[in-house]
Amino acid sequence: MTAYPDDRRYTKSHEWIRLDGDIATVGISDHAQKELGEIVFVDLPEPGEIFDAKEEFGTIESVKAVSELFLPVAGEIVELNKALADEPAAVNEDPHGDGWLVKIKISSDAELDELMNAADYEKFLEEEERKA
Amino acid sequence: MRYIPHSPEEQAVLLSAVGVRSVDELFATVPKEVLRHEPPALPPPASEIEVRRAMAAMAARNANLSEWTSLLGAGLYAHHTPAFVPQLLTRGEFLTAYTPYQPEVSQGTLTAIWEFQSHVALLTELDVANASMYEGASAFVEAVLMAERLTKKRTKVVVSKGVHPEYRRCLKTYLANFPFTIVEVPVGEGGATDRAALEKAVDETTIAVAVQSPNVLGVVESWAAAADAAHGRGALAIGVVNEMFSLAVLKGPGALGIDIAAGEAASFGVPPSFGGPLVGFLACRDAMKRQIPGRLVGRTTDANGKTAFCLTLSTREQHIRREKATSNICTNQGLFALAATMTLSVLGRQGLRETALQCLSKAEYLKAGVRAIPGPFSVAFSGRTFNEFAIHCGPPVGDVLARCEEKKILGGVPLARIAPEEEGWRDLLLVAVTERTPREGLDAFLDVLRSFPS
Amino acid sequence: MSETMTPAPPLTADPALDRRRPSASLFDAPRPGRKGVLLPPLDVPAADPAALFGAAHRPEVSGEVEASEVDVVRHFTRISQLNFAIDTALYSLGSCTMKHNPRLNEETARLAGFLDAHPYAPEHLSQGSLELMWRLEEALKVLTGFARVTLQPSAGANGELTSALMIRAAHAARGNPRRHVLVPDSAHGTNPASAHFAGYEVVEIHSSPRGTVDLQELSAKLDDDVAALMITVPNTLGVFEEEILEIARRVHAKGAFLYLDGANFNAFVGKVKPADMGVDVMHMNLHKTFSTPHGGGGPGAGPVGVGKDLVPFLPVPTVERRGDAFVLDHERPQSIGKMRTFYGNFGVLVRALTYILSYGRSIPEVAENAVLNANYLRKRLEPFYHLKYDAPSYHEVVFDDKRQAALGIHNIDIAKRLMDYGFHPPTMSFPLIVPGALMIEPTETESKEELDAFAEAMIAIAAECETRPELVKTAPHTTPVTRLDEAALAREASKAGSFAPVLRAKPR
Repeated sequence: MTAYPDDRRYTKSHEWIRLDGDIATVGISDHAQKELGEIVFVDLPEPGEIFDAKEEFGTIESVKAVSELFLPVAGEIVELNKALADEPAAVNEDPHGDGWLVKIKISSDAELDELMNAADYEKFLEEEERKA
Repeated sequence: MRYIPHSPEEQAVLLSAVGVRSVDELFATVPKEVLRHEPPALPPPASEIEVRRAMAAMAARNANLSEWTSLLGAGLYAHHTPAFVPQLLTRGEFLTAYTPYQPEVSQGTLTAIWEFQSHVALLTELDVANASMYEGASAFVEAVLMAERLTKKRTKVVVSKGVHPEYRRCLKTYLANFPFTIVEVPVGEGGATDRAALEKAVDETTIAVAVQSPNVLGVVESWAAAADAAHGRGALAIGVVNEMFSLAVLKGPGALGIDIAAGEAASFGVPPSFGGPLVGFLACRDAMKRQIPGRLVGRTTDANGKTAFCLTLSTREQHIRREKATSNICTNQGLFALAATMTLSVLGRQGLRETALQCLSKAEYLKAGVRAIPGPFSVAFSGRTFNEFAIHCGPPVGDVLARCEEKKILGGVPLARIAPEEEGWRDLLLVAVTERTPREGLDAFLDVLRSFPS
Repeated sequence: MSETMTPAPPLTADPALDRRRPSASLFDAPRPGRKGVLLPPLDVPAADPAALFGAAHRPEVSGEVEASEVDVVRHFTRISQLNFAIDTALYSLGSCTMKHNPRLNEETARLAGFLDAHPYAPEHLSQGSLELMWRLEEALKVLTGFARVTLQPSAGANGELTSALMIRAAHAARGNPRRHVLVPDSAHGTNPASAHFAGYEVVEIHSSPRGTVDLQELSAKLDDDVAALMITVPNTLGVFEEEILEIARRVHAKGAFLYLDGANFNAFVGKVKPADMGVDVMHMNLHKTFSTPHGGGGPGAGPVGVGKDLVPFLPVPTVERRGDAFVLDHERPQSIGKMRTFYGNFGVLVRALTYILSYGRSIPEVAENAVLNANYLRKRLEPFYHLKYDAPSYHEVVFDDKRQAALGIHNIDIAKRLMDYGFHPPTMSFPLIVPGALMIEPTETESKEELDAFAEAMIAIAAECETRPELVKTAPHTTPVTRLDEAALAREASKAGSFAPVLRAKPR
């Protein structure tokens, strides 16, 4: 089983967010990329767009499925992972590293505390598994 | 019945294998109030001989274009279909296959659709074309909806009245429940869209500007003028074409700035068949391909390196994205996209050009003939035309058509029939020719016009 | 243990020398100077397009195919042989009603009087076409019990949209268009898409453990803002909504319309009139129930039947009988407008009426044998495949891959392996509520030996899943091409500027 890095927080919709100063990087979890299968396209917003917490900011597609992407906390998009346009497979290969999606400038880090840490997320995944 | 193979004995064997005594038991969960035991009020079953006779009797009550001289067009042009096309089209492998969802057993259909996409892209001079739409008008609507997704948060569609009235009517029908306004721009004296009015109608809220060329009056429009008017305000330009042979003598919309082309490709090997089935098309620039509606076929290789074709970018479609899909379209016009592809393949580079030149030349001949008549007829507009133009009639259009009919000529489409709301078009008769129209037919039509006193 | 497939020895020294294999596309082998057609000599003076059009003139369509008729006929004949079709064998694709397409229908649709009829010919010279449309509407009224039927929609999804637009217009005429349309989670993907394009928000209803509409949830979600319930009968699980009358009662009590997706009409045509079930509006797929050919993805036709409340909103024109004459009626002030140019996919309508006249009043045999055949396959396959919903089946049966998935084999593998046995796979992509679905609809036109051959192929594959799993996972082995890397293709097609040669021929 993949170890989920504990330098970041996770959402129930399987995004992760890692804070560095007031800039946070957002991606999807290893579990999410496995569920989606081979990712063929990532649709991301333009820098400058502002989203609320849990608002849809883009979509990610495999051959036969589309998943919405939700921003873990409110913020303004400041950078996209441009490499994904040519290499969307990076999300499959390295979801917690090179497969990151966007960087955002967050308005407050209070919302971060409501998200799960790595241990809680792993527990959450186990529960989901049991339910299914 | 002849299409159900089971003999009564075989049916009994199946029923007993299923574990029921009668067919009725299979319908046990249908509420008994609604299950009918008496047959429907239809005639008795009929043989091929009887059914064919009944259908032939109905067919005989139509004026058919192979027996009449026809100048009918207005969006549907009766070109010649190469003889092999219907014969190959009815091969069971093409006719009775489903949508090619399983590429391993559908390479025939997929190859042909990819070729259709290639032909449409070449003709329109755009990058990408889809696997077909139902027909021209709904293809046009889909182009507008696509433009809306691409421009986002804009609310106005500017449409030339040169766009076929039925296409505009469809746009209003489909858009009735969207918060968009449709602004229609009149045509000017030459018969082309009034350029000043067009530019005035476009603003920062405009999604797209749509023009048709040749337009519903037969007049060739300026793609570039429409594109400039749109792009100047950040809107997209949509080009409608419903006589695709025109693109063998006129620059494609993509070459002159149009972003999305849509319309009717039935001129290529699709018989008129009282207006359907036809074959719509939609083409766009590469940057817009993820917003294209309907199916797309892509080319790849299989594990052994063999070229193979496959439906792709399917996440745009309803079976995956459901209410968020780019369109609700599912079944499209596969067989007639194939007919168009077969026809284009055999026409080829030279045949396309020669056919288009014949259409153009015959129309110019007819136009010159109308101009030479001293009587109460004139060519209605000064704009350049391809294979169709409007004649201004002194006598009532109905009288002209009635006199044509006596000579077994279908003398054209009264514009009042397709655009009754346009007062200024009431005296106009739209006439179209194709390579099928012989000179004798054109001369006979001119004779009818000459029979009206000047 | 893994098993490696030994490739069959090539039959020719080089596979490229096998002429049965078509060249990939006519665009791949340019033959400059070849011609496929001869036109009659130009009998009028030649016009000069360069002079007429000036800068807009296009001297040629460069890059177009250049080929002789022989080249073209051989190309299309060869590629046709790469297709699986209903003419070859049972086509198990559930929800698509792949039944035999009678050839008489092709012949009547090609009668010159129909084929060469222009839609703008005067009505008095189009009486045959108008009579045909009138007679087909009458026949469909008999079979459905509705007040009127429009023949205009181009396909099933277009019929759905037509219906949704009429529903909205009818509510709007009463003062409130309402906001929501309820759609069960087992519905075809076109249902929510069509409701959306009519301006409605889609609210999903979950299926009960029996696979039918959950009445409690229906009532909870049915409020005054619901415009319609879109329901499929039998649903995509092949299960009849036993509570349909109660559903209709509850929907009508809230002033909403009951819409029926007629994709599965083949299960009850001639046995039940949908109007009797309380249905207000329904589309039919002529290319399913009434046997018009699918043509590799169209054309279809999606007529819509309506009860009297929706008649004023039908698209224009309608066909009316006035004495002995048939006329087009455009004067319908409350009409939603037009769904397409002209009057519908007329050629498809000719085929459908031909089919209805052939069966006449014996048409209930269609539904009876379709349901019988599906139940026979269910009986034969039940011991080998898992059935998530075990309510009685109608025209189709939906198994899933639960047992095989335990061995690491999925529905797609079973489907691909079925191709090696000469059958078209079942539907797998839906219903969404059955993961790993294998939706099988044999239709009434399959004989007992064809049904048995299909069942035996499925049973053999179930055994292979246990004994030779690699064989199944790497299938198909005998098709013109092997399994494709669809992800690689989608990635390539998504890239900016990749259009040629991925989505079209490379311009020369």
